[in-house]
Amino acid sequence: MYFKGKNLIQEINTICCINKAITLHYVVFIMQNIAKNQLEIPLVKGQPFDSIPDDLFIPPNALELVLESFSGPMDLLLYLIKKENIDILELDVSAITDQYIEYIELMDALKFELAAEYLVMAATLAEIKSRVMLPITEEDEDEEDPKLALIARLQEYQRYKTASENIAMLPLVDRDFFVASAAAPRIKQKEPSIEISIKDIANTMQEILERPKLTNSHHIDFEELSTQERIQILLEILNQREIISFSQTLRKKEGKKGVVVTFLASLELAKDGYVTLVQNKSDQIYLRSNNAKGAL
Amino acid sequence: MENKIINTVEALLLGAGRPMKLSEIRSILEASGILVELSDIKRAINDLEARHSGSSIEVAEVSSGYRLKVKDDFSESLSHLWSEKNARLSKALLEIISIIAYKQPVTRGDIEEIRGVHVSTNSIRSLLEREWIQVSGFRDTPGRPALYKTTKKFLDDLNLKNISMLPKLPEVIQEKDLYSEVV
Repeated sequence: MYFKGKNLIQEINTICCINKAITLHYVVFIMQNIAKNQLEIPLVKGQPFDSIPDDLFIPPNALELVLESFSGPMDLLLYLIKKENIDILELDVSAITDQYIEYIELMDALKFELAAEYLVMAATLAEIKSRVMLPITEEDEDEEDPKLALIARLQEYQRYKTASENIAMLPLVDRDFFVASAAAPRIKQKEPSIEISIKDIANTMQEILERPKLTNSHHIDFEELSTQERIQILLEILNQREIISFSQTLRKKEGKKGVVVTFLASLELAKDGYVTLVQNKSDQIYLRSNNAKGAL
Repeated sequence: MENKIINTVEALLLGAGRPMKLSEIRSILEASGILVELSDIKRAINDLEARHSGSSIEVAEVSSGYRLKVKDDFSESLSHLWSEKNARLSKALLEIISIIAYKQPVTRGDIEEIRGVHVSTNSIRSLLEREWIQVSGFRDTPGRPALYKTTKKFLDDLNLKNISMLPKLPEVIQEKDLYSEVV
């Protein structure tokens, strides 16, 4: 180590005199930087950050609180105002802005990841501070005063912050009070372990392979033979001859489908009164034209 | 009051282990062949309170009904039963639930407006998982943000009967006493 024991203690003492509530983390941070032969001292505003500047206002326990993390920039701002022991309504934006920004720089130097909201607040404060310095023109009077807006927001936030502290004081189930119950505990059903042999697996596989392929898709063909068309053909035949046996109207190449279509066509014609279907004692069905007999 | 009714009501509250409404108790009694009025059950509960005056438990009325709880005097002893303490609610979570409780229904944007800081999805999820908040609808603005409100369970868990029993929301403080009360 670069420091001899005595120097190190002196150094820590010095730091602790400046801020009694400094964390060990921060001491180590500073000591490490000094120990590295002063090569890697971080710069703040171009100035080496080897010790806390004398003019930096650090309230007691501040760093510890910073480390505990505020719930947001409003929280930090309220804290700073409270530390100054001033009324929100008499908020001296200029002084608070400086402190706020110093805090942010300090947190940055300590490598705390800052949420963007903290920087937004810093910008808002800086804007208010800069407005104070500018002469008031007539245009400005119409605009909402950002300082008043900030104060209103701070007050509103203060209400809910206090409310949340009140709620935190309320008794909470299973922490501050307990429910009396004789309810049966919910028992988790234990999953039965699977007992399975190689034979079972083989049998199952066999069974799966033997299953009919029910998943195959069925293709439905467009009707090749049209009943309407067959009706025309039958009528043409019957124009030439008065009676014909059903089997004679069939075409061999059309097979079963042809029989079905011809039969349907015959039924249609019979229904509409164009033909009479005759079946004598034989198996044969005859189609007899009604036209030939009547109209012609 | 018939002892059987008092005992049955007590048995139900013990067995349920959760708050029960008078009407729920009545319909269960009815199902087991005991026909009573709501007022009878209320009296049974009063009798139960009297019966337990010298014991370690008491009847408490919360948002979801009546339940039996261990008297606060024994909380300290009971807390030793569990090695891990019920985690403290974070500052951020408390602020979020407070804003929802007092201003409900609110959107995430409303909460962010007041707190000046992003409300993480985790915070909302954590409150939803506790069943302390629920989505009550969606605001009719672009993006249709979800509106959140507190649940009966939130009140039950804080041993409250209704939302008006929460500590009053502080008024906007105009004078210097703002800082004296917050230390």
